[in-house]
Amino acid sequence: MQKITVNHMSFKQLNNIIRDDKEDTFDLDDVHGQRYIAAGMKNKQIKIKGIPGNALGACLDEGSKITVLNNCQDATGDTMNEGEIIVYGNCGDTAGYSMRGGKILIKGSAGYRAGIHMKAYKDEKPVLVIGDRAGSFLGEYLAGGIIIVLGLNQNGKCPVGNFCGTGMHGGKIFLRSDELPKDLPKQVVTRKANEEDIESIKDIINQFCCEFTFDKNIIFNANFYVLEPNTTLPYKQHYTAI
Amino acid sequence: MKVNLIQSEYEVIRDQSRCINCRLCEKQCSNGVNYYDKKLKVMLSEEWKCVNCHRCVAVCPTHALKIVKSDHCFKTNANWSKHDITNIFRQAQTGGVLLSSMGTPKEYPVYWDKMLINASQVTNPSIDPLREPMETRTFLGKKKLDIEYDENHNIITDTKPQMELSLPVMFSAMSYGSISYNAHKALATAAQELGTFYNTGEGGLHEDFYVYGENTIVQVASGRFGVHPTYLDAGKAIEIKMGQGAKPGIGGHLPGRKITKEVSKTRMIPQGSDAISPAPHHDIYSIEDLRQLVYMLKETTNYKKPIIVKIAAVHNVGAIASGIARCGADIIAIDGFRGGTGAAPLRIRDNVGIPVELALAAVDKRLREEGIRNEVSLVVGGTIRSSADVVKAIALGADAVYIATSALIALGCHLCRSCHLGKCNWGIATQIKELEDRLDPEEGAKNLVNLISAWKREIKEMMGGMGINSIEALKGNRLMLRGIGLSEKELEILGIEHAGE
Repeated sequence: MQKITVNHMSFKQLNNIIRDDKEDTFDLDDVHGQRYIAAGMKNKQIKIKGIPGNALGACLDEGSKITVLNNCQDATGDTMNEGEIIVYGNCGDTAGYSMRGGKILIKGSAGYRAGIHMKAYKDEKPVLVIGDRAGSFLGEYLAGGIIIVLGLNQNGKCPVGNFCGTGMHGGKIFLRSDELPKDLPKQVVTRKANEEDIESIKDIINQFCCEFTFDKNIIFNANFYVLEPNTTLPYKQHYTAI
Repeated sequence: MKVNLIQSEYEVIRDQSRCINCRLCEKQCSNGVNYYDKKLKVMLSEEWKCVNCHRCVAVCPTHALKIVKSDHCFKTNANWSKHDITNIFRQAQTGGVLLSSMGTPKEYPVYWDKMLINASQVTNPSIDPLREPMETRTFLGKKKLDIEYDENHNIITDTKPQMELSLPVMFSAMSYGSISYNAHKALATAAQELGTFYNTGEGGLHEDFYVYGENTIVQVASGRFGVHPTYLDAGKAIEIKMGQGAKPGIGGHLPGRKITKEVSKTRMIPQGSDAISPAPHHDIYSIEDLRQLVYMLKETTNYKKPIIVKIAAVHNVGAIASGIARCGADIIAIDGFRGGTGAAPLRIRDNVGIPVELALAAVDKRLREEGIRNEVSLVVGGTIRSSADVVKAIALGADAVYIATSALIALGCHLCRSCHLGKCNWGIATQIKELEDRLDPEEGAKNLVNLISAWKREIKEMMGGMGINSIEALKGNRLMLRGIGLSEKELEILGIEHAGE
């Protein structure tokens, strides 16, 4: 394992070390907002103490796992391809932007536009789990993958902000909540999660509980809503060809 | 009683004395215009379905067909044109946003046609490109301002990543999905043979085309379709698409029916699902945010690829370009409002944006004034129709041009502006197998190579005429241009003098 005290090192220098080092396990200490940590990298295991900067694990590739013991800034896992990002604190805006595969588990909350434009293809199904609550525009333009918001400190209140699922045309959003967002757009349909739905997220929740030591029974002993796109309203209805 | 408010715009004129009822026109028309009437034993046409793409005319073995504009008309009105009236009928019937394709057909000034190129007479000899070497090769990317030396007094030659072009013409972004596999293949092979580049557009890269990587620009747009580390590494340069000349300020909706099995593989979304590219990149609300994406891509590809930022030509383009130059981009691509598209809302295509000539002149001037012109290369597109347009663009300050419509015309496009219907009879803007097969990628590539090689010869002739033997010496050389019939203000913006001055 390679230990690096990052302090005021530039992101370029830091990434060069991580990229070029034969070692694939890193312990980064004293991280001070360095951006793009591990961008596009394969097979790197990175533990971060301190605050990583924007676009942590952008385009992250197979076999990589980033564990952040504190909070993250914006665009965590931007266009992430594979691998895992585990955040013990909260995330800023646009966590999981256009994520295409892999997992992001956030123990705390996420800011605006979490999971925007995530997409899935065949075996690549991105998963974003937010432990507490998410800001506005959660899952905007969602095209594929799964977003789960657990609302762990919300006592059954709706755990998302305004405009959840705007422009959603694929994927699924799970909200652990007794109430639905009040301003859901027409292109989103909702229902209470059935057994099959819960079964489909069981492994993910188990992993979440293992990572952050939660009791999975408490998590499942609550109501889940499922938000899906309304396939009867495709975008083409907006147009008149001339 | 069904009332038909919208009448056909074109008429299919068939010379019955020539027609041999071979029914080829019927088979070749994907719009179902031509049919054989068994009772009358003649070929007839349902011309209201005709998009005027000339496929039937071109394949008719006896030259029996022609398409003419219908003289059916509304009562003469200088204010309300036929288009205004019929489009109101269409929207009143459907409630939809009007959708069309390719560049605007409206009559806006084309400044390329209002600029004239200089030639040497007596005082500065012209050069004969057939006998003397002429350099059309150019490099795109950041340039150093000063020559630097190492401790041994050798010149430091390491530069930021560059793209080498054998002539300053590239094929601009057209996604696989908006155009066919064969069209993409033709563009890729032609780019390789010509020593230039083609651009994937926002549709990912088909696995068969990774071999053309050295001649490929991979695009990252707001939908981030098909973007992953291997894709980013596959190209020679990465283009961030912020805007498109034909539809500035809006995104794109590729309908599910165009996401075929193959397209689904490269976009990496399920077959048949809508592909939505939002209007903005939702992580970019400022120049600082753009810088974040630029460096995200640079970090992901370890600073090996120049980053192009493509924007539509809009009102404050000078200031916007200045911001882009400062955010770490290596190349700025500006797309003028006459540029083409596979589908755009009609009103946006016809009314939003500005001509690329004015945008180019404004951007080049602004960057020079701020002393940062060397920080970025400038590429312009929308519309470059000929080698003369290329020469004028270079003289106005561009490092290279992007062509797309010209390239498609070389592949057989007849500018029927119906790409959005997905039934292109020329096999270009379609995903229907039997239509796509009409475009032979090898023949298409040959046509593209012919076109660009011919342009190259013409560019050399024009350069030689000016007494210039290197394209670099033409760049931003506005003394080589004169305006014709332009106002003081237009001349001021273009930074050129009027003919006769």
